[in-house]
Amino acid sequence: MTAISESGAAVGNPGAEADRVVEAVLADLARDHRGVVVDSPPGAGKSTLVVRAAAHLAAAGERLMIVAQTNEQVDDLIDRIAGDHPDLAIGRLSAAGYAASERVTAHASVRVAQKADDIADRTVVIATAAKWATLTDGSWPWAIVDEAYQMRSDMLLRIAGRFERALFVGDPGQLDPFSTVEVERWAGLSWDPMRSAVSVLLAHNPELPVHRLPVSWRLPASAAPVVSRAFYPFTGFRSGTGPQDRRLELSTGGMGTSYDRAVEEAAATGWGLYELPARHTLRTDAEAVQATAALAVRMLQRGPVAHSERGENPVGADRIAVGAAHRDQVAAIRAALGPHAAEITVDTANRLQGREYDVTVVLHPLSGRRDATAFHLESGRLCVLASRHRHACLVVARAGIPELLDAHPSAEPVRLGVPVKFPDGWEANQAVLAHLADHRVRADT
Amino acid sequence: MSTLTALAQLEALATGRAQPVATVRHCHLSEKPLVMIPLKLAGEAAAPLATMLGTDRDAPELLVVPQPRNRDLRFAYAAELAKAVLAHVEAERGATETLEPSKDGEERFRYERAPQIVVPNRGGVGFLRLLGRSTRFRSTEGPWAVDPAVPMLGRWLTWYADRNDRPGSSLLLTLTETLRLHWATGQSSLEDGNLGALMGWIDPPDGMDGPSAAARAEDPVACPPAGPTTDPTFDNEVLAPAIAAYDESGGAPRAEERVRAAVASQLRPTWDLAWRALDLLRALPEGASVPRRWERDRDSFTYFHREFAENPPQAKLDDAVRAARRLHDLERSQESYEAQRAFDDPLVMAEQRLAGQAFGGVVTAADPTRLDESGKRPKLRPHLWIRTEDPVRLDEGATVVNAARPGLKGRIVEIDGGDVLLELTGGMGRKLTPEAGVVPEPGLEVVFTSRTSDSWGAAKFPERDDTPWTHGGPPAEYEPADEDATEVWS
Repeated sequence: MTAISESGAAVGNPGAEADRVVEAVLADLARDHRGVVVDSPPGAGKSTLVVRAAAHLAAAGERLMIVAQTNEQVDDLIDRIAGDHPDLAIGRLSAAGYAASERVTAHASVRVAQKADDIADRTVVIATAAKWATLTDGSWPWAIVDEAYQMRSDMLLRIAGRFERALFVGDPGQLDPFSTVEVERWAGLSWDPMRSAVSVLLAHNPELPVHRLPVSWRLPASAAPVVSRAFYPFTGFRSGTGPQDRRLELSTGGMGTSYDRAVEEAAATGWGLYELPARHTLRTDAEAVQATAALAVRMLQRGPVAHSERGENPVGADRIAVGAAHRDQVAAIRAALGPHAAEITVDTANRLQGREYDVTVVLHPLSGRRDATAFHLESGRLCVLASRHRHACLVVARAGIPELLDAHPSAEPVRLGVPVKFPDGWEANQAVLAHLADHRVRADT
Repeated sequence: MSTLTALAQLEALATGRAQPVATVRHCHLSEKPLVMIPLKLAGEAAAPLATMLGTDRDAPELLVVPQPRNRDLRFAYAAELAKAVLAHVEAERGATETLEPSKDGEERFRYERAPQIVVPNRGGVGFLRLLGRSTRFRSTEGPWAVDPAVPMLGRWLTWYADRNDRPGSSLLLTLTETLRLHWATGQSSLEDGNLGALMGWIDPPDGMDGPSAAARAEDPVACPPAGPTTDPTFDNEVLAPAIAAYDESGGAPRAEERVRAAVASQLRPTWDLAWRALDLLRALPEGASVPRRWERDRDSFTYFHREFAENPPQAKLDDAVRAARRLHDLERSQESYEAQRAFDDPLVMAEQRLAGQAFGGVVTAADPTRLDESGKRPKLRPHLWIRTEDPVRLDEGATVVNAARPGLKGRIVEIDGGDVLLELTGGMGRKLTPEAGVVPEPGLEVVFTSRTSDSWGAAKFPERDDTPWTHGGPPAEYEPADEDATEVWS
């Protein structure tokens, strides 16, 4: 029996609920579908599902190919699969310049090769989509496509000849794939090469089963409802932990500065908004960059200790990440971090996708801007930045973003045949800001 | 918008004159481009009203549809336009070069020249694309036969519009975009879309500065719009009565002459402006990579021209495989176009350097004969230390090429403040000692950039008949039918 809470989310045992979905996915693999799609919100156990599905298919005697988007993701998957299933023979297909990382070479069951023929006997063959696209023959009865929403449909077109049936796993709320050219000629076509692989797949095969992982194990109870409402308005998810299960404790006292108060607010509630006075600035806004770096350092200096279902762990610099929208902002924040830059991860939203930290500090993409372009409004960008943390997220922004949004309503042309994208970036930004407004700490002036 | 362009715009605003953002011309200009200024009827998507065109600035040809809602007159106009465009195509072909045969022994040819078309703005390209779309499927026989030149025009215009999508192609140039590639003005990009205002900033008439010339260009009487849309007051006060008179007269030559005179008055100022814009562009020296890109344009032209008789009209829609292929080609063109422009032009390279994608400086030390002997065979891997003041935002391990000699490739080993250690990996010849003069010597100024023109090779795509199930399987073949000719042209 599952009770339904006021917010509409189920309040049964989250573990059992998630297991039911995974069982349903594995059961669908045995049925006569050409494809199965699994949507996964941030930290909902996507990789665990991929590992389980791979082992499940291998156990059924099927040869299997796995497609990931980056070398990093491929190596992560290999490490997890080989770690959980050391008896599974794994092949890693790679480009000529690739040097196998330790995560790969540590496993005896993994063989690295540049040609598919050299690892033809392997039960599981893993490579990036770009590498798979270089193959012109060979066929696998099954494929698992990881991060399928990050893959463009033209890439799927190039690799789809390699498999008969496939499991597509990904997060629909993250950043959409992009192109360096602007072309309108395919807008509205169901096979538009600029759309994501999953949307093209489903447009042509609407009968495929779509599952949704219902529980985020990463996001704390303070974050899951916010992220769910803002970025997954129709397919909500819940946190796997309750409000009392996670706690961030600061082991040293502060000095009462606005940095300290923002850090304390984030530690106590899971969210903090450090607000600088309204101003139009360059992209590398010196004050905002300084504040972002200082907050990350102050958080570290306060000796945070994370209490969670994993026990009691001090939060080191490797568990703190700083996110921004642009590469020049990232470079400026790294410079401002000084010696800490070597330990604290600083990166763009694109590169933080799929990563997890205890605490994140985010420079808001719209901070200090005069306009709100489609790039800065893209809901996926904010979703990635606001959903990397297990305990707390600190946002740095200049005042006036809600007003900026009001001055720039979505004005993208509406095209026939193009599915309306939800959530709307404008709406999602407002939702997050409305929540952050309750956790605001104004900068000392 | 890049920092340098923003700076140039501020300077333009401060000085009242447009500022250069390029030192060389990044597009090809033919000796005899066909300048075309199309106008359409207000309120219709693609009803042609008139086109002024020609390759001689003193002798423009004016084609007019005296009653744009009359289908027969439209097709008569399309046939006239077709003759002019096809004549240009045949005249601008030049001799045929025979190239080295391809790898599979196929003969290859390239025409020495290619027919270039110049329109004032993006709207012009959009209109030509629609005109191509509405004419290329017309049948030359059967119940609604048109002049055989009409569908040919449609196919050529479609080809031109497709080439215009391709970054770096010069076959169909838009003046506003081309000018903006070389100058920055003190007005918004929307205002730059007005050829008159843009030219006012770049080359104001005597006694005027940029802002006043641009303000003058906003007066539709002094400076009629460059099309394809017309000025609404002109439509109401001049054009509508003239067309009504034409209708009433039953198509009398005098009434037709009145319509012609009316549209000529709207087109002539833009015509003169277009040729002045070409003069300005022609005065710039051509970028070093422009001939190579024009070669690709000529290849495309040669192929299209030689296969013209055999091939059916371009499909209404790209199928899945064609769309993916085209996107891939466009992205590759974009990448090499941007890289080549920076190689050709220090001002464009400066933008990359400011963005941290490239860096320039003095070579402080070099080890030109260093060998990497960790593999089976030793490899030539010279080291190069460069002192730079640029804000380098590249990761260690990033691949870079020398701007002056893009063949020379390297890998960043270490960045320590303003000192960059590079390991050169290619472009030094086949021996274990580099060819003379290839590895920059200490004291030399060098620029290395991470934006290369060929970072990814051509990709493999399935055949159309092998379109996978994920994309709906193989598409149906197009069968021409008489009904295609009844398609509304609006």
